[in-house]
Amino acid sequence: MHEETVYDALTAAPGDEARWAFGAGFDDPLAGVDTTVPDGVDPTALGAYCLMLGDDALVLSQRLTEWVTRAPELEEEVAFANVALDLLGQARLLLARAGSVGVLGRSRELATASIPDEDALAFFRDADEFRCGALVAAPGGDFARTLVRLLVASAWRLALFTRLRDSRDPVLAAIAAKGVAELAYHRDHAARWVVRLGDGTAESHRRAQEAVDAVWPLTADLFSPTDVEAGLAAVGVAVDPALLREEVESVLAEVLTRATLTVPDRPAPAAPEGRLGRHGPELAELLTGLQGLAREHPAATW
Amino acid sequence: MSEVIAEGGHGAVPTGPEVPAGPGRVRSGWPLYEVFVRGKRGLNHVHVGSLHAPDDEMAVHAARDLYTRRNEGVSIWVVRSADITASSPDEKDELFAPSGDKVYRHPTFYDIPENVPHI
Repeated sequence: MHEETVYDALTAAPGDEARWAFGAGFDDPLAGVDTTVPDGVDPTALGAYCLMLGDDALVLSQRLTEWVTRAPELEEEVAFANVALDLLGQARLLLARAGSVGVLGRSRELATASIPDEDALAFFRDADEFRCGALVAAPGGDFARTLVRLLVASAWRLALFTRLRDSRDPVLAAIAAKGVAELAYHRDHAARWVVRLGDGTAESHRRAQEAVDAVWPLTADLFSPTDVEAGLAAVGVAVDPALLREEVESVLAEVLTRATLTVPDRPAPAAPEGRLGRHGPELAELLTGLQGLAREHPAATW
Repeated sequence: MSEVIAEGGHGAVPTGPEVPAGPGRVRSGWPLYEVFVRGKRGLNHVHVGSLHAPDDEMAVHAARDLYTRRNEGVSIWVVRSADITASSPDEKDELFAPSGDKVYRHPTFYDIPENVPHI
């Protein structure tokens, strides 16, 4: 006898729009998508750009996952997990796009042939092949620092993806269109928390201000374009990160002011070291956790 | 990583002797909210569970994170549990038994037209 639960009323949909959520079992995230590279675009550059955006998402997702089983409240834990899963989905699509234009580096030799491109890139690249920025690779710190970092990273990424929807590469445009709604929620979630921490007790205000002071220097390379980004922006595929500075700084200033926190001085613009594969030791440590199991059992399946 | 101190309280992490674990303990003193969600094709909000949140706005967004993960709904209501007045199980007989044998209160003595789905 089928027992009626509250969810029966909610999920009974005459159309099939709800069905995809119940385990679609798709294997290839770019299945059915036209993956030809647009005219006048260098595939290597396009692949490198997808790795930059994809690695940002992958590394930040892994940082947020460090809070699972350790968050202060159950609701916050699920919130972090949801944000991390959204970012992981974006990373998967972007890494698959990089693989589809042939940018795989050493990963394809190290991984078994049965593993899809995005998994090979995620699990079998070394730290010097990762192209994420300094902001996402930095250690998480306490609750306040995690939220301030999430606020900065999602404000930057939302500003970027909003403009990336007009990219000449249809796959990037589609990924950006899907990601904008997710990122808007991430940014608002982080902003709501930063406001409550800043405008909260003396202890939360102190920790929030310390977090802002610690995260701000990491923003030095956020708006410095690499040659790859500049070249692709010129052909209408990528977004020059220098264009994002005004919007991102005004959003952050608004949130921090409402949180009664002091906005630190703008750090001197730094060269984008992370985008070129030059990272500190914390990324290698993070990758040990991310890649350890896959590298030890390369052909394992669930 | 060593800066993050897990204090447990919801059973996920071992706790020290001074922090008792258990489902009833709310460390931060957040109030309890009841969550009601309406599906795309539904007419009414359905009670789906509860959560703790520091205030009303965070409660709505926590409900979005906890109770609409699988595309369940388009509308969320949250109400503080303390604001809900409920009937007591002890009063079940007085409140509900008298309506059981009054067949004349049911609209069964005439035909309802087929084009009227909700009456």
